[in-house]
Amino acid sequence: MSAPALPIRREARTLLPQRSTPVGVRIRRLILPVYTGLAVAYLFLPIAVMIAFSFNDPRGRQNITWQGFTFGNYLDIWSRPDITGPMVTSLTVAVVSTLVATALGTLIALALTRYQFAGRGTLNLLIFLPMATPEIIMGASLLSLFVSVGQDRDITTIVIAHVAFNISYVVVTVRARLTGFNRTLEEAAMDLGADEWTTFRKVTFPLIFPGILAAALLAFALSIDDYVITSFVSGRTITFPLWVYGVSRLGVPPEVNVIGTLIFVTALVFIVLQVWAQRRDLAKLRPVVGR
Amino acid sequence: MLRRYRGLVPYLFLVPGGLWLLAFFVVPMLVMASVSLQQGSLSTGYELTWNFGIYPEAIVHWAPQFVRSIVYSLIVTVLTLAIGYPMAYTIAFLGGRLKNVLLLLVILPFFTSFLIRTLSWKLILADNGIVLGTLKEAGLLAESFRLIATPIAVISGLTYNFLPFMVLPLYVALEKVDPRLVEAATDLYASRLQAFLRVTLPLSMPGVFAGSLLTFIPAVGDFINAAILGSRDTTMIGNVIQRLFLNTNDYPQAAALGFVLMAAILAMVIVYARVVGGEELTQG
Repeated sequence: MSAPALPIRREARTLLPQRSTPVGVRIRRLILPVYTGLAVAYLFLPIAVMIAFSFNDPRGRQNITWQGFTFGNYLDIWSRPDITGPMVTSLTVAVVSTLVATALGTLIALALTRYQFAGRGTLNLLIFLPMATPEIIMGASLLSLFVSVGQDRDITTIVIAHVAFNISYVVVTVRARLTGFNRTLEEAAMDLGADEWTTFRKVTFPLIFPGILAAALLAFALSIDDYVITSFVSGRTITFPLWVYGVSRLGVPPEVNVIGTLIFVTALVFIVLQVWAQRRDLAKLRPVVGR
Repeated sequence: MLRRYRGLVPYLFLVPGGLWLLAFFVVPMLVMASVSLQQGSLSTGYELTWNFGIYPEAIVHWAPQFVRSIVYSLIVTVLTLAIGYPMAYTIAFLGGRLKNVLLLLVILPFFTSFLIRTLSWKLILADNGIVLGTLKEAGLLAESFRLIATPIAVISGLTYNFLPFMVLPLYVALEKVDPRLVEAATDLYASRLQAFLRVTLPLSMPGVFAGSLLTFIPAVGDFINAAILGSRDTTMIGNVIQRLFLNTNDYPQAAALGFVLMAAILAMVIVYARVVGGEELTQG
């Protein structure tokens, strides 16, 4: 960091004899870090409770007070078709809608970042609006459409809806990656005799792939967790969030906590792997960059 | 040969996704607009009668729920700002090497399902649950004291669930603030408070603006928190719309309420943008 033009006061301060920091100042310096620590603890409180109560052994339907420790809930869920069925449905919806939304969204992002064309503003608005619309309105409007055309609601309509709300998020994520893209690399490839398709396959795609992957992960996460929009377009089909909501009316069974915990741990593993991969890449780059 | 069609390439790229959004976002909105002006019932079928009267009727009939949604969401926005600003400030200016780890810690809890997080709060706030039950046994709280099914429970659930939507844009804005500007202010004999109020705070306003919108808009349409943590006295407009659509099958009234909600949100966003000068902010 470069020094300010006239650092008079700072130099004057360093020239003074060093005194120990007064207690009041020391306490004041602790306020923000301590506060942030408490805030993070607050954020993790429901997660901690969720994990703890996934090991609870409740009597009856209510899983509210601590009754005893058990691993049973973790073994239970795999032999319960009322749980595995909705899980399979949710995974199917998430995989299909992620693939479709990622493909469609990436194409739009490419069009927006590398081409000039009429109707750009309208397209930008069309991308922005679904993200600014409350979920309940999107769900309600899709239900209105399906009811008026007499379309029965099932897994197909759920996938259609999930693709519709995911496209915008994919566009925004991939576009962020494409905006910082160095086009001279493509020009170099073409100069060296690669045709457009080869350039895309060997240069462009590998470079934007992390962006596409991030977009796909985001789409998957949004899809598998969606309750609001799904509740409008599901008909009799039950996804995992719909199942959770349904059973929670009668009291939350520990199985809900088990699956919440499993989702949390999976996300944690993904993040740790991602951070580890980044560190490794940086370590590889360091000798090249010379830092 | 191919060169002549080059101008068509972008359209080839954007048509599939664009059509999807047209068919499953724009068209549904138009259909919902038409549904709101229809009359009839599920069994007899609906007919478009241009019944604009449904709008004032719906507004008057559900006014308490509308007002409640807006009041709750304003409180939630202020609370997330109050809780989130010091967090974002600490991470941006005092985070040092831990910056990314801290940011990750803020987002991590939100990788579990929205529903399960909210159900976890239900467990925490339950009448005889781990917090209130313990306090009551210790005699620190009256037996009749409860949080669940009160507005406090709904507002705290919403605050928790939308906190990261506030912290992240605030962090992005604060991270961009050049520390040398703050240094310059103190060099020019501003107190730390003055430097904050006159330099850091104004520069972080785009984050405040974005964060408030990202919190307020989903909060005002939310019905999960009110459904899980609330009672009949905390019903928000989202609960009404969902019930009319899915249980009562009163599509016209539900659709009209949906549009009134959108209009209310839009109006509030415009007013807010005028007040804080959003147009300059969003471009900056």
